[in-house]
Amino acid sequence: MSTRMFGSGIKRREDPRLITGKAKYTDDIKLPGTLHMAVVRSPHAHANIKGIDTSAAEAMPGVVAVYTGEAMNLPIPTGALIPDCNLITPEHPSLAKEKVRYVGDGVAIVLAENRYQAQDAADVVKVDYEVLGAIINPEDATKDGAPQLFDDVPNNVAFRWLMGGAENQEASNKVFEAADVVVKERIVQQRLQPTTMEPRAALAQWNAATEEMTLWVTTQNPHIHRVLLSGIIGVPEHKLRIIAPEVGGGFGAKIDLYPDEALACWASLQTGRPVKWTETRSENYVAMTHGRDHVEYVELAATKDGKVTGIRSTVYAGMGAYLTTFGAGIPTILHALIYCGVYAFENAFADVIGAFTSATPVEAYRGAGRPEATFLVERLMDKMANALDMDPTELRRKNLIPKFEDGYAAPTGVTYDSGDYEPALDKVLEMAGYSDFRKEQEEARKNGKYLGIGVTTYTEICGLGPSEVNGAIGFQAGGWESSIIRMSPTGKAQVLIGVSPHGQGGATSFAQIFSDGTGIPMDDIEVVHGDTNTTPMGWGTYGSRNAAVGGAALAGAITKFKDKAKVMAAHMLEAAVEDIEYEDGQLYVKGSPDNAKAIQEIVLMSHLGWDMPAGAEPSFEVSNFYNPPNFVYPFGAHIAIVEIDAETGTVELKRYLAVDDCGHQINPMIVAGQIHGGLAQGIGQALCEGSIYDDNGQLLTGSMMDYAVPRADMFPNFELDHTVTPSPHQPLGIKGVGETGTIASTPTVYNAVMDALKPLSVESVDMPLTPYRVWEAIQNASNGGSA
Amino acid sequence: MKVSMTVNGKGVERDVEPRMLLVHFLREELDMTGTKIGCDTSQCGACTVHLDGKALKSCTMLAVQADGADITTIEGLANGDLHVMQESFWENHGLQCGYCTPGMIMSTTALVQDNPNMSEGEIRHQLEGNLCRCTGYHNIVKAVQQASEKMGGGD
Repeated sequence: MSTRMFGSGIKRREDPRLITGKAKYTDDIKLPGTLHMAVVRSPHAHANIKGIDTSAAEAMPGVVAVYTGEAMNLPIPTGALIPDCNLITPEHPSLAKEKVRYVGDGVAIVLAENRYQAQDAADVVKVDYEVLGAIINPEDATKDGAPQLFDDVPNNVAFRWLMGGAENQEASNKVFEAADVVVKERIVQQRLQPTTMEPRAALAQWNAATEEMTLWVTTQNPHIHRVLLSGIIGVPEHKLRIIAPEVGGGFGAKIDLYPDEALACWASLQTGRPVKWTETRSENYVAMTHGRDHVEYVELAATKDGKVTGIRSTVYAGMGAYLTTFGAGIPTILHALIYCGVYAFENAFADVIGAFTSATPVEAYRGAGRPEATFLVERLMDKMANALDMDPTELRRKNLIPKFEDGYAAPTGVTYDSGDYEPALDKVLEMAGYSDFRKEQEEARKNGKYLGIGVTTYTEICGLGPSEVNGAIGFQAGGWESSIIRMSPTGKAQVLIGVSPHGQGGATSFAQIFSDGTGIPMDDIEVVHGDTNTTPMGWGTYGSRNAAVGGAALAGAITKFKDKAKVMAAHMLEAAVEDIEYEDGQLYVKGSPDNAKAIQEIVLMSHLGWDMPAGAEPSFEVSNFYNPPNFVYPFGAHIAIVEIDAETGTVELKRYLAVDDCGHQINPMIVAGQIHGGLAQGIGQALCEGSIYDDNGQLLTGSMMDYAVPRADMFPNFELDHTVTPSPHQPLGIKGVGETGTIASTPTVYNAVMDALKPLSVESVDMPLTPYRVWEAIQNASNGGSA
Repeated sequence: MKVSMTVNGKGVERDVEPRMLLVHFLREELDMTGTKIGCDTSQCGACTVHLDGKALKSCTMLAVQADGADITTIEGLANGDLHVMQESFWENHGLQCGYCTPGMIMSTTALVQDNPNMSEGEIRHQLEGNLCRCTGYHNIVKAVQQASEKMGGGD
């Protein structure tokens, strides 16, 4: 492959409009006659609705209408119907009718002439609540006597999933019985608030004349929105247009079709006017989906000489009040299937209980299941190293899966595509100066300084995914992607893609792939995404699938493009198609590059159609729909070095080093950016982020004053490097990279902190590792366990 | 209430509710949507503009309080092509989704003007009023460092 554009860290073409304030996000779009919608949300975590009085609100200035759930029937579906686990899917109405189940659950909407008036009126909607008991902890939610959220969901258990069924459980038991050493841990994967910098917004416009609905919305996947919304509001898909304009971050939390979005469309249908809804940050924190929320009991088995044989878990996964689009799929499929990480374990088993709780629904959050899995594997590897008195890097090295280029069948049932783990580990150890650090650490300890190092190796499953697998695991979506190349007579290219990038720089990287493949200059290429009326069907941008699957779809389209061009060139040059070479945008007969036809000329002649080869279609357009044969499995090794102030419990992250392998890189600058951002989010989980609810189910971290979004001064300058192990099945050798930073960094930092605290006999602290928690753990340990 | 001010060099006058925030005034009344809203507690900094040459979170001020002020927003920052800070953000990949970017650029422009020789640590500390969720701040810091060098010549 030519390396002209592919592999080049060129500046992003998205940026000029973004750095000048000209870009339009959903709330920036204005339509004449727009009504503003405010949602009246429940202040209680769990309550019966005895009555709603909207009269005062209706009398407020500027108010056009107030609606409650009684006026509509807009149920929000779930998309992850995981088989063989008795999944119960209670109805999720867009506005609660009889009962509210979390703080933030919508109960009414107000439509007014401007957003101040809408909010004023929402504040005076009177709801008579009969308050019921709240339940937030997913493990406690399953116990007898816990408040019951749904009549038909005993013990709030939405599902119970055994990986590999009872047979695998038995196999797991045998591995553990035969083990010389077993280490255990209770891990709390705290709830996180995704905090896209752009809160959610929707602008719905019903056109009664054409019977078409247009929705501008903060989404990662406009085509999924079209499918779902069509079923909910009853506007057929061919009359429904979803536009994702500029979208300010998603991280999984903009996958779902939200009640608020359906309500805006419905309200536009009712009033015949455009309806805009834009949430505040406080609203966002209670009503946009959260991430993680597991209580896990995990175990690792090994022989006494350090061969790790098995891993198993019991996981209580909080679903929140309702099942989201991917809700049930995250702690099951996207979690347990990667339990072996990069290690040659014999067996892995998970018993996952999904529990409804009276809290904000849980959905994918960057990594979605895989950060939780990697954390428990890597935490247990460190504990095992301690138990065996081995160096943690040596335990890892001893258990690595040897290099493979085309398939490794993991005991979890998935087949890793390619892996070469040891070079990444070696590289990061060398970058960090690992053995020197251990000496420095020892010296520091003598002087009462607590330095720690965490070393993590990981692989993850992404690039979702083979559609057959989606079907088998109950994901109500395809996993394929699409690309259309549309050439204009003057030789300009529109590349229409089904994925919907929202910060990943797809308009740049896809243009690089296309320019590289066809020789058409970058300036002549426009990548179009995010509009269901102009782009082909696709399943959106999440699960690190943008380049891995969408890029593969484009690669296939380029092959078809070149084949088509060769047919026309053969005709024009009076040669056989097999003899035509396509190089740098020039087509010529082998051996005669001087007598070439430029691709632009071929495109023009194809458009004119004056003299087409027999059987060839005029114009110049190709489309490609690509169903991946497997997932992709990026991997790497990370190191964190921390220093802890034992007096205050403050953790200082002194260095962070990451060696990642995502196969070939389209644009290394963008790849590094993805890793940086992922690291910050994963480190945020380790050190400062976490939702806190009180016993009444009130979200105490309900604003940016209380939820600790990481800041610039928390981080050192990240030190990155990479290895390159192409995916054998992805046509460009690409693996996904959007989530790797988040997946690897949480356990890396956590293990570094535990390493630092080792001389103080601290073995476990729940995340986030805030100064108070670390200080408290130090106090407890030094007092023999009683603070 | 009547309010008048200069925004990006142009005089504007409107009759607004006394409670209207400056950021809403810019976005709703003047249709200048480059300035963003990312929170409701003045933490995120997405709404940062310059008021009489100083960086200010425009959600912390009422439009009527800005009566008579000289405001610069992201739309008016560059004098011609691109401001050095805008160029540096572009060159260093200091943005991904772009939502925090206008506030980041307005905030760091004022910062560098006042403190042309900051260390990396000082830049990181000074960025505490602006939140970004995409970049891990890594390339934002680099962008500010580069712009700082270029602006050091008395830009």
